Order: sequence, then structure tokens, then C-alpha cells
Amino acid sequence: MNETLEQILSKYRANGGNVISLLQETQDAFGYIPREAVQFFSDELGIAPSRFYGVATFYAQFRLKPLGKHKITACCGTACHVRGADRLISGIEKELHLEGTEDTTSDGEVTFEKVACLGFCSFAPIVLVDGAVHGKATTDIVLKEIKALRKS
Amino acid sequence: MELDTVIRVCMGPAGIAAGGKQVIEAFRAALGASGLRADIREHCSSHQVGCLGLCARDVLVEVHRNGSKTVYQYVKPDMVERIIAEHIVGGAPVKEWLVDEAYEAFYRKQRKVVLADCGRIDPEDIAAYEATGGYDHARDVLKTWSPDEVIEEMKMSGLRGRGGAGFPTGLKWELGRKARGDVKYIVCNADEGDPGAFMDRAVIEGNPHSVIEGMIIGAYAINANHGYVYIRAEYPLAVDRLRRALDQARAKGYLGKGIFGSSFDFDIKVKLGAGAFVCGEETALIASIEGQRGMPRPKPPFPVNRGLWQKPTVINNVETLANVPSIIRHGCAWYSSYGTEKSKGTKVFALTGKIKNPGLIEVPMGISLREIIEEIGGGIEGGKALKAVQTGGPSGGCIPASMLDIPVDYESLAKVGSIVGSGGMIVLDEDNCMVNMAQYFVTFTQAESCGKCVPCRVGTKRLLESLQRITSGQGKDGDIEHLEELAAGIKSLSLCGLGQTAPNPVLSTLKYFREEYEAHIRDKKCPAKVCKHLLVYSINAEQCKACGACLRACPSGAVSGEKKKPHRIDASKCVKCGACFEVCKFKAVNRE
Repeated sequence: MNETLEQILSKYRANGGNVISLLQETQDAFGYIPREAVQFFSDELGIAPSRFYGVATFYAQFRLKPLGKHKITACCGTACHVRGADRLISGIEKELHLEGTEDTTSDGEVTFEKVACLGFCSFAPIVLVDGAVHGKATTDIVLKEIKALRKS
Repeated sequence: MELDTVIRVCMGPAGIAAGGKQVIEAFRAALGASGLRADIREHCSSHQVGCLGLCARDVLVEVHRNGSKTVYQYVKPDMVERIIAEHIVGGAPVKEWLVDEAYEAFYRKQRKVVLADCGRIDPEDIAAYEATGGYDHARDVLKTWSPDEVIEEMKMSGLRGRGGAGFPTGLKWELGRKARGDVKYIVCNADEGDPGAFMDRAVIEGNPHSVIEGMIIGAYAINANHGYVYIRAEYPLAVDRLRRALDQARAKGYLGKGIFGSSFDFDIKVKLGAGAFVCGEETALIASIEGQRGMPRPKPPFPVNRGLWQKPTVINNVETLANVPSIIRHGCAWYSSYGTEKSKGTKVFALTGKIKNPGLIEVPMGISLREIIEEIGGGIEGGKALKAVQTGGPSGGCIPASMLDIPVDYESLAKVGSIVGSGGMIVLDEDNCMVNMAQYFVTFTQAESCGKCVPCRVGTKRLLESLQRITSGQGKDGDIEHLEELAAGIKSLSLCGLGQTAPNPVLSTLKYFREEYEAHIRDKKCPAKVCKHLLVYSINAEQCKACGACLRACPSGAVSGEKKKPHRIDASKCVKCGACFEVCKFKAVNRE
């Protein structure tokens, strides 16, 4: 891990380290922001870990827990909302047995994300299953996809 | 036989979602096949283009042949072979797959300036942009125009910021030029955070070079040597096409040292936004580029005097910048011939929601809302009645169906309690609950409030709690007055635009749909049957065929019944998910 982190840091060390860019590249590499990464950057740059966590928790993009093997993304944009995204989302959450703020199934298989707008508004509601776009999505179709994913 | 055939496949966001990639691959494979006549193979090219607009009919494919254009809709890869055999080889278009009248109507009232080349040229090829005269204007400006002349041209054109606030672009550039500083920045704001809007995304994906050229001209006008594009990380294709375009422009000497052979240095960096709506606010955006939490600060000093790294910074929206090359090319008089007295030019809207033909449109300012909804959009889908049009996203408001004849421009929309905003236009029909809409937007702004100032942080929270109570049947007398008082406080006391506009969706729905709030509060009913806590499900015994569909669908075991006997719903177990209502084929489930 340290090797990767060193590589990321080398690009930003010169100008004192841009916290957002460091975190973005770390997340690209690991899928989330590991605790060790924050500690590493903090030690190397002399920036308090709280600064990193402050930024990481401010922006929706960053996650502090590992991603599941598969990722389902539901769009919560206005166009999707008026076309019934709510029902779709509660259906997915029920299927995955996710409660409260949990976003990953207990077996670490599937992560479910809700995002503000994906820009596919004409095909609302939208669900992405491992990056593949499902437009005019219905609960039935999405749940079938999820079941197929978990079997594979 | 001389053939000159070009096939354009829509690869806008919706085109890709509908399978545009597979379609273009099918065309390439079929056109390259050895069985095809050599003259056709040589004289027929297929390429991807940005959004063609009428997203509802994607994948759209245009065939340009000997000067005439034919458009196919809903194209799937398995249709490609027949199109090539009958149309490209045989010369007779496949009639049943062509677009219908709705397509003509969709474009008739549109005027394309920003989107003129979007959907015509390959966005990944700088040569395609140059073939339309691209970069000639920036070159011309740098060689023969003074910065003051550029600013004057912009002022005369009447172009105003397309990000939402509508600040005159020429004036902003003039302030940027006059600001004192050894280093200056120009920033393109492509952090399109408004949910339900995809204009900037479509422009960058469809014609990224127009934005870059606009930035070059702006940089020259204010004398900035450094540029940033702050773009959402959630738009990977736009980021990719932008980076590709920047590399190509750099390779040609249009960016870097001494661009276009002049003595002017200018280059552009890409910064990925990390997902925070508040970063659309200028000072928050600056903090974010600097790598900090995106929190706004009080103004003045304005960014134009003290912005990025404390240096003078001009921030323009994507669509604003994409307008610039056209204004230079055709002149300010041409541009200002579109629009109204105070709102010049055209505006791009993402027309979505309960509309027959959703898509990306560009219309002259001042066009009536009715023309957009009824003529361009083809009216409401499914024969339902229009209820309202939401513009401006979480900062905007709902315009009721009775006001459909108002012109769409900055002043007129502001007068009725909404805004033009960045260009989201969401159509709502009788099945949409206006209290639910208000709650939806406040949920969004509350979550996106950065938390720096109390009126926004606590105020939006209280606003949301009241709305949640009302939609869950706990509303009480005085709630409406309480909402109005809170809204007024948040509006007048918040630090930045996010808080100052957050109550707008509540205020505008209260203004035009007060009776819906009253029905929720007093009668504990949701007239549109959306707010699930206020609904009661029951089964009409006479219509029930005892098929068992609802019984199987019910997740909470609230439905009981035996074969051949009408089923019934136990209200105490019902979780009001509506599953029984949806699966019943005999309309035996009542929802009230």
C-alpha cells in the first residue's frame, strides 16, 4: 500500500499537497479511503488527519469503508424522483437488507449508492448496475439483475 | 458512382444509455464488411456525435446522403444491417423506422447557438471542430482585437451568466480586466449539481472545444494565463472528452506558451469536483479547487478581486463560455437579435419529467412556456393534465399550469417566484404532489447545506422537519404560517446563494398550491395520492377475482384471502408500499 501512496503523494508533494486530489487518487486506487492512507499523508506532509477527514466527510464522493464487489447506483435527481425513484430505492434496500445508513451488504458483495443526478434524465428513473445503465427502470427488472449478480 | 454518405450516431448521455455504442459498432462492422461494394465502403463514414436533442427517441441515427438528411429513431444494433442494405446500398430509406412529425415539431421552435455543432461533429476530433471554423475566432481575436474590444463586444451582445444568477458576462470580464494582480485566473464552472439538469454535460460531451475556445477568448480579455475547469467527477465521459480535447488543443499550439503564434500564454487544468452542490457557489468552488472543504465565505471581496489563491478570478459557466465563439463569429448584433430586451440570446434547457418528448433543447429567450411544453415537448404524456413546471431546481420554483403563457426569461420567471437557473425544466402532472416536491427539494438542500451559517444549517433542517410532519399526517394548524416565517428568515439571513434560495420551492408551492398543503394538514389527505402515510388501501370485494396476485406481492402479510373468495387488507399490518395496487389487473385495489 505504501508504495502506491508514495506514488500518489509524489505528484502533489511539491505544492504542499492538495487534500482533495490526494483523496481522489487514493480512492481511485483502493475504492475507498483507508485509515492508513490518511495517517501516511498526514505524517509525510505534516497536515493533521482531521483536515483529511474533514474534507473526506464533506464531499459525497469519498467513502471511508471498502466497496462491495458489485455496485448498484440509483439516481435521486428530480426527473427520477417525479417518476417514482423512491419506490425503486426502497425496493432495492429491502432486497439487500440494508438498514439506516448502511450501504453495503453484510457479506461485502453489493454496495448500494444513491446519487444526486446522473444526467440521463430522459430515461428516468435510472439505476446503474455495475456501471451499466438501466433506463425507465422498474423494481422487478432491477431486483432480477441484482439476484443474477449475487449468483454469479 | 459518386457517394458521399455520413452516418451520425447520437452518443449523448441518453444515446449511450439506449445503446449508442453498440449501434455505432454495428455500423462500423457492417460498413467494413467485405461483402459491401467498394465504392460504398470508401465513400461512407460513420461517427459518433454529441446529444441530438430528442433523447426520448434514442438511439437517433442521422444519415446524410447527397445533401439530404434522414433520421432514424429507436435504432437497435439488429436494425443496422437493413438500414445499410436498403438505404445506403439500395437508396430507399426504411420508412417505418424514420422519425415522425413529433421530431419536426421538436426542432421547429428551437434556435441553436450553443448546441449548433453539438450533434453534428465528432467531439473527440479537433479537426471536426476546426472544419466548422472552430478556433479561427480565438486566433483572430488574439491577432487583431484588443482585450477592450472583446469586452465591448460581449457587453453589446447582452450575454448574461447561464449558471443561474444571470450576471452580465461582459461586465464581469471588464471587472476582471481592471482587477489588479500579477496573476489572474479564469475558471469554467462545470459542477452541474442541480438534480434533473444535464445541459453542461451535454455541451462538454458534444462540443468540448467550443468551451475551450470561449475560455481562451475570455482569458485574453482579462489577461489570465491560467485556467481551470471544475467539473463533476460523476460525469466520466465528459471528463474524458474534455481532457482529450485539451490535449489536442495543446498539441496544435492553441494552449500553452505563445498560443496561435502570439505572445500570449494560456493553459487549462482540469479539477474534479468531489460531489457537493454548494461548490456551484463561486467562493465555495474556489475553496474546493484549493483542496479544502467547499464552504463559501462572505462577499466582498468578490472573486474577481480576490479569488483563487487570493488572485483575481473570473468564473463563468459552461454554457456562457460556449456562447462566446459564436458571438465573436457572428457579431453582437446577431446574438442580441435573439431574446427579449433584458434577456438576450438563447438558453439551453433540459426538458424532463412527465413530458412526451423529453430532451435537450435550446430556445430563444422570451419564448412562452406553452410553446416549450406543448409544441417542442409534445404535451404531457399519457393524456394526463399538466399541473406545474419546475424551473431552476432546488433554488427555483414551480410555475402553475395557469401561467403557461409567460415568457421564459430572467425577469419574467423571477416575477412569478421562480428562476431560469442553470436550465432544468421539470414537467409535473396531476399525479405529482406539490408538498412532496417541496419536501424533495428541501431534503436535497438540507443535505447539501455546508453547515457554516446557522440560518441555512438549522433553518433548512427545521423546514424539512415541518414538511415531513405534514406529509406523514402529523400536520397541525399554524404549520403554513410557520413555514412562511422560517422561509423568510432563511432567505434573508443565509450567507450564500444556497441558503438564500433554498426556501423558494416551498414558497412557490405555498403561493400557487396552498390548498394542497391544507388538504394534507387539515384533512390528512394527499390529493395526488403520493404521500404514502396519508393513503389507505382496501380491496373492492365485487371486483376482486381472488387471483392471489396482491397476496403474493404484499411484503408485510397484510393481505389475506382464500381461493375464489375476495381478499382483504388488514390496515394495521399495511405498510402502504402500493405493491398490491400495482399488481392488481382488475383494478380491485382502492387507494384513497
